[in-house]
Amino acid sequence: MPPETDQHAGPAPAAEAAEVVARRSYGKLVAFLAARTRDVAGAEDALADAFAAALVDWPANGIPASPEAWLMAVARRKMIDAARRRRTDESASGHLQLMQEELEAVNETQIPDDRLLLMFACAHPAIDPGIRAPMILQTILGFDAATIASAFLISPATMGQRLVRAKSKIRQAGIPFRLPERADLRGRLDAVLAAIYAAFSEGWSDPAGTEFRRRNLAEEGIWLGRLVASLLPEEPEALGLLALMLHAEARRGARRSPRGEYVPLAEQDLSLWNTPLIEEAEAVLRRASRMGVVGRYQLEAAVQSAHVVRRMTGRADWAAIEHLYEALAAIIDSPVVAINRAIAIAETRGPAAGLQTLDALTDDTRLAEYQPYWAARAGLLARTGEIEAAEQAYDRAIGLEADPAVRDFLQQRRAALRGRAGDAGTSA
Amino acid sequence: MKYMLLIYGNEANVLSASKETVGQMIAAYGAYTEAMKKAGVHVDSGRLRPTSDGTTVRVVNGKTEVLDGPYAETKEQLGGYYMVEVPDLDAALSWAARCPGASHGTIEVRPLWVM
Repeated sequence: MPPETDQHAGPAPAAEAAEVVARRSYGKLVAFLAARTRDVAGAEDALADAFAAALVDWPANGIPASPEAWLMAVARRKMIDAARRRRTDESASGHLQLMQEELEAVNETQIPDDRLLLMFACAHPAIDPGIRAPMILQTILGFDAATIASAFLISPATMGQRLVRAKSKIRQAGIPFRLPERADLRGRLDAVLAAIYAAFSEGWSDPAGTEFRRRNLAEEGIWLGRLVASLLPEEPEALGLLALMLHAEARRGARRSPRGEYVPLAEQDLSLWNTPLIEEAEAVLRRASRMGVVGRYQLEAAVQSAHVVRRMTGRADWAAIEHLYEALAAIIDSPVVAINRAIAIAETRGPAAGLQTLDALTDDTRLAEYQPYWAARAGLLARTGEIEAAEQAYDRAIGLEADPAVRDFLQQRRAALRGRAGDAGTSA
Repeated sequence: MKYMLLIYGNEANVLSASKETVGQMIAAYGAYTEAMKKAGVHVDSGRLRPTSDGTTVRVVNGKTEVLDGPYAETKEQLGGYYMVEVPDLDAALSWAARCPGASHGTIEVRPLWVM
């Protein structure tokens, strides 16, 4: 056991210290234990036991000099005990000894950081894509299943079952805890980045930050993005994703009016954009682009950059945005990209050209239920003076929207059509 | 860890294939098996005769029922297997991807229970 300080701390400081360590080192400790045993659930259980032990021990004996090392030592012991109880037959004892040696070979004061390996295991192609982001959130950040379930709008019981199943798969199917081979790295990294982006987006979808759990999720997504970018500093897409998330986060405060109304990007108050975050995003993106390998996250972050030039010039760089969405459309087949490209074209070549581009998409059956398609279409029809068609498109968009603030905004736009009808014909 | 690579494919296509195609397939499997042996991962392997040569057995209420043919009609049938001993799933998956059957059928990769 590591040396302990002689001060006698009451229960409150001990609980606080445990909380601080939990926050800072939870993922690192889980990753260390899991990477050596492939037993993610076992690592989490052992760590939970260690935290419980800390809450009993620390108030009586004082907070140890290195709380992380203390927790590590206890969790390791718990894990070995649990494994010993589970496997009593002779054939397993060799395995048990190996595991014990591996766990004990490490000096508690220099615990290696295996979080990236844990993330690669969670985002392995053999794991159901839908559970990768939740599992990363749980194992690296220590979120409980109920919190993750509410963030991903899944029932806690279902989320719990799926997490248990995925962890069991890691263990039983022999999913490795290591960096993928060079040939596989980029593809596997995509899955890790996609999981982080999914976590961020879940948080981002609560723009007002009214629901604390969700808001937290966006921050944690950025935290994970920073972690991966720092562990893989030579991977331009890891940097691209970080830049993208920072750009989005920078505008959080401008997305709603003080009264909670939805404010579209074009009408946002620039003084509410977070300048330090934007500058960091730009610096990260520049670093990525110097590596000379373009990818979807860098392109999406570059779109954000082109919007942000409005701070300097008063107008987004729509020519660049159109060009970037063309490049994105070549990489990913996404209706979101196609619609945004049409919106950019409407800015560079006029609303009729934008509408033509949207018309070319009507074969895509995904669009029938996709609100942004109908909202974009309605906006462009309004600008070309086709009021009735615009009203119909707004109705589709309103019917498909789940966020009340956005729904109100669309309804206002629709109502404004008739008010503008008189001059629409001439202004178009 | 030990993994079974279960090779599923449309056996009708194989049965109706030309002699030349079948010869090529057998040669490809031979090379694959040899590569596994050289790499020291091969435990066992085998090719199954078609499902029409199969017989299904079950015991219902103490009575043995024997039926001609496969247990269930499926689009793809189990046609053969490899058992490999490799360090982890990634290694098993990369062997599965090299299997000649992976390009016209499906390889199911299943870890064995550790007894």
